[in-house]
Amino acid sequence: MQISLFITCFNDTLFPETGRAMVHLLERLGHTVTFPMEQTCCGQMHYNTGYQEETIPLVRKFVDVFEGAEAIVAPSASCVGMVKEFYPKVAERADDKVLAEKVDELIQRVFELSQFLVEELGVEDVGAYYPHRVTYHPTCHSLRMLDVGDAPLRLLRNVRGLELVELPDYEQCCGFGGTFAVKNAETSTAMLSDKMCNIKSTGAEVCTAADNSCLMHIGGGLQRQSSGVDAVHLAEILASTE
Amino acid sequence: MSKKVEQTPTFEDSAKAYLDNTQLRRNIGHATHTIRDKRKDVVDELPDWEALREAGDAIKTQTMRHLDKYLLQLEESIQEAGGQVHWARDAEEANQIITGLVKDKKVNEAVKVKSITTDEIGLNKALAEEGIQALETDLAELIVQLAGDEPSHILVPAIHKNRAEIRELFKEKLNKNELSDRPEDLAEAARLYLRKKFLNAKVGISGANFAVAETGTVAVVESEGNGRMCTTLPDTLITVMGIEKVIPRWRDFEVFMQLLPRSSTAERMNPYNSFWTGVTEGDGPQEFHIVLLDNGRTKVLADEMGRQTLNCIRCSACLNVCPVYERTGGHAYNSVYPGPIGAILTPQLKGLEDEGVASLPYASSLCGACYEVCPVKINIPEVLVHLRGKIVDEKKRNGGLKSKFEPEHIGMKLLSRAFANSKRYERAQKIARSGQKLFTDEGVISKLPGYLSKWTNTRDLKAIPDQTFREWWRQRNE
Repeated sequence: MQISLFITCFNDTLFPETGRAMVHLLERLGHTVTFPMEQTCCGQMHYNTGYQEETIPLVRKFVDVFEGAEAIVAPSASCVGMVKEFYPKVAERADDKVLAEKVDELIQRVFELSQFLVEELGVEDVGAYYPHRVTYHPTCHSLRMLDVGDAPLRLLRNVRGLELVELPDYEQCCGFGGTFAVKNAETSTAMLSDKMCNIKSTGAEVCTAADNSCLMHIGGGLQRQSSGVDAVHLAEILASTE
Repeated sequence: MSKKVEQTPTFEDSAKAYLDNTQLRRNIGHATHTIRDKRKDVVDELPDWEALREAGDAIKTQTMRHLDKYLLQLEESIQEAGGQVHWARDAEEANQIITGLVKDKKVNEAVKVKSITTDEIGLNKALAEEGIQALETDLAELIVQLAGDEPSHILVPAIHKNRAEIRELFKEKLNKNELSDRPEDLAEAARLYLRKKFLNAKVGISGANFAVAETGTVAVVESEGNGRMCTTLPDTLITVMGIEKVIPRWRDFEVFMQLLPRSSTAERMNPYNSFWTGVTEGDGPQEFHIVLLDNGRTKVLADEMGRQTLNCIRCSACLNVCPVYERTGGHAYNSVYPGPIGAILTPQLKGLEDEGVASLPYASSLCGACYEVCPVKINIPEVLVHLRGKIVDEKKRNGGLKSKFEPEHIGMKLLSRAFANSKRYERAQKIARSGQKLFTDEGVISKLPGYLSKWTNTRDLKAIPDQTFREWWRQRNE
């Protein structure tokens, strides 16, 4: 399959290793990966913070860049959630029927990585090897917006050498929430502190998730405490081999 | 209201103090987790829960679409059954009507069943100014009233207090020298105190959970029986109800009486459900008044996206699952409506001009747990984001220079320019990468100045690596 990589600005800039892992993984599974260089940002931060007018050109750009792609796959549940859930609303705000039609058509081909692998490609064993004790944090947008369900867990259970431990209170938000982490820093930190306690209680060396934004938050807290636990994106675990 | 109201503190400022209150954190953490788990159990056992939610949503949405029609029908039905209907545009008007009615009865005390709508209009204070004491009879409301405190939860107003604290309060205020902290003993102390008040009360004041347009029946759903006494023992009953509480048909109860108890107290069936239709000779109050309150609700109705907020049946399931509420408690919201539903209801009722009120839609990480449990499927995150949009639009229009120089505003503007074009975006990546050098140590940023220090105060930040993904991709495909 020809897969268009929607890297997201966040991963492009801060977590290129996740993008590289995705390319290696998808190519290993026999697919062709393309990367449209014109892509920038999906506009989630602007939209969720209230700068909705500013999101309109970004939606237009996304449609221009990915129009005609067979499958558009991203290593981020929240950016995919933005596209699938809110792009139709932005198009409505722009009062542009043509854009709205294009958006409705396009968003059916936009996928988060784990959901794409399990539900679209029907793959659960990607042939990965990762000899570590790992706990999985289902990010809010993967859990409640995209309904990825246990797709990430199915993939992780098939990784050789990986010991998967359940995270207590896994459904609780880590406290990131985009600009919430700065606007309501104290509340966000209180949420993070509980999340870190739960992660520590599992004895895992690695906490993984389908979103680097939440992982940056969790990882930033774990590192500040010299906790000895790493935050690693799911794609990187799935890409690693013996 | 014409009176100039005081500036409300912002959520982030208020939250700080509550986050540091260890007793409060423990009390609320324990209580919300208990109700949350129980709710999940009783909801999971119903195979048609999703269908019930759909039905609840559909009935409420349809009611809002024809609210004018149902309200007039309700007025007619209540009048036919011997009740009197009063319309109140705002809090001031409602308070005038109610104090007038109580004064006519020449009493200086009225018993009240828990009602947030009366808290919304500040009824107790308005009555006190006329020399009338409103006595809260719900156990938790009584605790809050005796403590001179404010409710912190829609359903469990004293959720922030534990039994040791309540014991101390009762010992002092109810003159009990000997009192244990066993729940039975605490309830008994309150019961003895309240029973006397009930038997002497001439006027009862209640809120309402529902009122049926076709029959004129008003319903109060409660757990203690105090509501039953308030609505049956006094000669005169005054009910205050927001106009959004009307439901079209008697049979709609089938849906709401399943949705409400399981969502609110996690019970299969609610213990005390009082229904009354006007007045009945020789049975219960002989005079019944209902005050139908707008107080901003028609404004909410006019907003197509925000309108769903009015579908709320005040179950408070969203508070109990909210990770923010769980840690800050209800007082941080500075409103009688706390939690996720309060974060969307308060700003719509009060307007977004007040900075404190306008901080509420940002008091959420948009995790979506509230939407998942809402029995009438109010998409709270969607409304939160919608309100944030209105706040920013308003700032852009009328915020003046000050808001133009806010770090967030500048950041958003710069980023939206950068994202508009991939060349500009790539340039911005490079600038950020070299700009971070001052703050970076071995790939980690531990201290940033100004606005961003709020991140680095408690969390490290990963530095931008030497090669972006797109640079790698370009190199790979050369």
